[in-house]
Amino acid sequence: MKSFIRAALAAGALFATGSFATAAEPIKIGAALSVTGPAAFLGEPELKTLRMYVDKTNAEGGLLGRQIELVSYDDGSDAARANSFAKRLIEDDHVDVLIGGTTTGATMGMYPLVEKAEIPFISLGGGVGIVEPVKKWMFKVAHNDRMAAERVFVDAKKRGLTKIALLSETSGFGQSGRKETLAAAPKAGVEIVADETYGPTDTDVTAQLAKIRAIDGVQAILVFGLGEGPAVVMKNIAQLGIKLPVYQSHGVASQEFIRLAGAAAEGVRLPAAAILVPDQLPDSDPQKAIEEDYVTLYTAKGNGDISTFGGHARDAFFIWKAAVERAGSVDKAKVRDEIEKTAGFAGTGGLVTMSPEDHLGLNAAAFHMIEIRGGKWKLAD
Amino acid sequence: MSQFLQSIFSGVTVGATYALVALGFSIIYNASGVINFAQGEFIMLGGMIAAFLVAAGVPLALAVVAAVAVVAAIGVIVAKIAIEPARGADVTTLIIITIGVSMVLRGAVEATMGKGGHALPPFSGDKPIVLAGATMLPQSIWVVATTLALVAGLALFFERTRLGKGILATAHNRLAAQLVGVDTRRVLTVSFCLSAALGAIGGVLIAPIANTSYDAGVMLGLKGFVAATIGGLGSGVGAVAGGLALGLLESLTAGYLSSAYKDAVAFVIVLVILLVRPRGMFGAAISSRV
Amino acid sequence: MTVASPRTPPVSSRASRWAFARAPTFAFAAALLVLPSILPNAYYFDVAIRIAINATLAIALNLLIGYTGQISLGHAAFFGLGAYGSAILVGEFDWPPGAALVVSAAMVGALAYVVARVILRLEGHYLAMATLGLGVIASIALTNEVGLTGGPDGMSVPDFSILGLRVAGEKAWYWIFAAALVAAIVLAGNLIDSPAGRALRALHGSQTAARSVGVDASAFKTRVFVLSATAAAIMGSLYAHYEGFVTPGLAAFPKSVQLVTMVVVGGMASIWGSVLGAALLSLAPELLARFEGYETLAFGAILVATMIFLPRGIAPSLSARFRRKES
Repeated sequence: MKSFIRAALAAGALFATGSFATAAEPIKIGAALSVTGPAAFLGEPELKTLRMYVDKTNAEGGLLGRQIELVSYDDGSDAARANSFAKRLIEDDHVDVLIGGTTTGATMGMYPLVEKAEIPFISLGGGVGIVEPVKKWMFKVAHNDRMAAERVFVDAKKRGLTKIALLSETSGFGQSGRKETLAAAPKAGVEIVADETYGPTDTDVTAQLAKIRAIDGVQAILVFGLGEGPAVVMKNIAQLGIKLPVYQSHGVASQEFIRLAGAAAEGVRLPAAAILVPDQLPDSDPQKAIEEDYVTLYTAKGNGDISTFGGHARDAFFIWKAAVERAGSVDKAKVRDEIEKTAGFAGTGGLVTMSPEDHLGLNAAAFHMIEIRGGKWKLAD
Repeated sequence: MSQFLQSIFSGVTVGATYALVALGFSIIYNASGVINFAQGEFIMLGGMIAAFLVAAGVPLALAVVAAVAVVAAIGVIVAKIAIEPARGADVTTLIIITIGVSMVLRGAVEATMGKGGHALPPFSGDKPIVLAGATMLPQSIWVVATTLALVAGLALFFERTRLGKGILATAHNRLAAQLVGVDTRRVLTVSFCLSAALGAIGGVLIAPIANTSYDAGVMLGLKGFVAATIGGLGSGVGAVAGGLALGLLESLTAGYLSSAYKDAVAFVIVLVILLVRPRGMFGAAISSRV
Repeated sequence: MTVASPRTPPVSSRASRWAFARAPTFAFAAALLVLPSILPNAYYFDVAIRIAINATLAIALNLLIGYTGQISLGHAAFFGLGAYGSAILVGEFDWPPGAALVVSAAMVGALAYVVARVILRLEGHYLAMATLGLGVIASIALTNEVGLTGGPDGMSVPDFSILGLRVAGEKAWYWIFAAALVAAIVLAGNLIDSPAGRALRALHGSQTAARSVGVDASAFKTRVFVLSATAAAIMGSLYAHYEGFVTPGLAAFPKSVQLVTMVVVGGMASIWGSVLGAALLSLAPELLARFEGYETLAFGAILVATMIFLPRGIAPSLSARFRRKES
């Protein structure tokens, strides 16, 4: 028994010394991101981008004369773990702002804590429910899945495609996208003729695709998923020789998708932010310089594939930074008010103008229709 | 009709992969009674190492062979470091050890090769072959043909060679095998080496069709274990039959019943088998000595 | 049948023997009473609570694995189902949380009974496979039935309230979970030292021998299975209200593995081993969170090393060494 008590005391001592001495000096950004798991496709570039800009800002003298410290944890794409990390960031690490919640699930799981602690939270998740209804302390920078569905339908109708088969992923992103797609379709005058699903780690979806192919009058396929799953879908579509036009969601807006799907990705269209095609923007577009800047910096650090998700993290960081500079302090309530006053902010996702009723600030024009041609992104507005 | 045929084609391809995983399970189980929860990781390692080599400029054929060799070596290391020291332990302890090994392998890949997906180029092009309205990738033929060749090779190995017969003898009765001069310590190492190699071959075969990543082994390992149970743990024929049966049933379920519950199929079947005929399709009758 | 009997002190009265045997429990309860005064903030309370929950689950599972020798690789399913049961009854149907907890636990217990009667005649890895299968099916069902369960991103759960009294905040929940843990330790201890408990341990040793001295093997195995599952479901319900959020990951295979690992690493057939195992394995991710990218590798390595060098688990190995030093 003695040895047990000794062990317990040792564990307790370990515990106590494990906490950081919270220095008052550095400004702390807390980030709970999905760096592993199905949402790693988004989380990894988000983390790399945040790190990159924190380091850059520190090298340029910091913010308000203080250095910035990034405290980040990996929730493994599990919303419950995100919740417990939020608690840790707020209570133990004493962060000044929360940027994160890669997935909508993680974001919604973290919000009750955020509200109780009254700390500003910029979410990187995509679900429309994050800002509808508006929540006082929560903001988002990523386009809504509803916007994605609507943008796809606008383009589909332009090309005369009104009977669309839906293939959605069973992940949170896919299911939320599915819900928004089914809701937006009737309003857009589009008929969803199939509603199939696949798992994020599935290696073969030919059965579902064969079913879709057999449907009378199907004109196009819309795939709602993140990164790797949709790449397998594209390969299977090529394998089955299906010639229908394919739309993907913004969940594949990363060079990694093209790399994984290879030649099978040819001709795919998706709604995405301009960060994928900075060289094709007109010079008058205020986003052009920003996108090119980001791409240069990101690739220079050898960070890997460019994606819109890293861009969202950049936007979140700079929106917050600008708010802090306007407020002149990191006081949570003041910063929150300033974030809400963001106007005409040129981010990688589009021009952001927020208001007390709109904590996203992007409109449908921020989404461009992009096509994959010759292994590259091409603007197809 | 073409939809049915399509389901059959993809079911057989996936099933052949499951068969290879199941074979790996069976060999190790036969040799030592250990259920190797790291089997799926051998598959993943095969694909990942080959992809890594190809990305570094190594020609495909050489990369494939090298990957299999490396994974076979890893299998030997695992046997020597993790399994041999724990020989007499509880079933549950051994299960935890192999789970720990799978985490080490997975974590090592995650740390060195990142979390992204990787793909291998197909062995002989990717122009689909059309048969009666359904299409099949040339790679699928590679998968099925290689699996059949491996099964035949293994049968020969176990029936005709001294080493193979020694392994079977050890599985039946360790003491008796030792008495007739079989080196039973080698049996464990050889079985791990063999299973790892089998897994790696499966991994490189399937990587061109399905992208591989550091956590691709988890579900594959579980489903391979299910396939081995369905076919009969310890039976080579059972492993193959179980793998194919599982692949086909999954594919047909996705096509005709519900794509959402596709993953559940494996586990529903295994429950049914365990309740109705626990020894599986081809397993030896279970008798407990009193 | 070998049993580690407590060294009886010279005083032969039953009462003092009982008190001596229970001394560690009293000490532990006292430590739990004192702990809140040294925990610096809500995050530490959160960690302590998670350890308490895992320890209670591990004790319940240990009765199954360690004492009766039935492997269960799907136990998290009972935890998750209990959590979702409460979440759905309170969140969707506006039931009072106390009633929801009872009904949810009862439903899970009934399910466990049906399952037990059917699968407990299997043994060894066949049983492991069957429990694994059930666990995976449960978590897939929870993920897919979006209408009822909120799908892969889960659903939120209202606060727990009983008789009009709302329970919220880490400090309040700490007391509830600490009490549950102490209750689990006491109940498990009593069970093991009772005639029923001796029958359990006889089962683990040899089912045939146990049967031959009149132990009704299948009835016992079923009862322990149902008890273990119901305990897990109750903890699940409480957890759901504490966290305010449930996700299908609660019932998934990795969580089941985590629980079995706690039992095996801590020490099978050892209650304190389960508490220790739970504490170590709950703290490890928090401590390893600093080693970004290397957590899985580190965790796996520690696991393998522990099981090779201490195959019976930490607690039995430690107490064996302790006893050897004494004699």
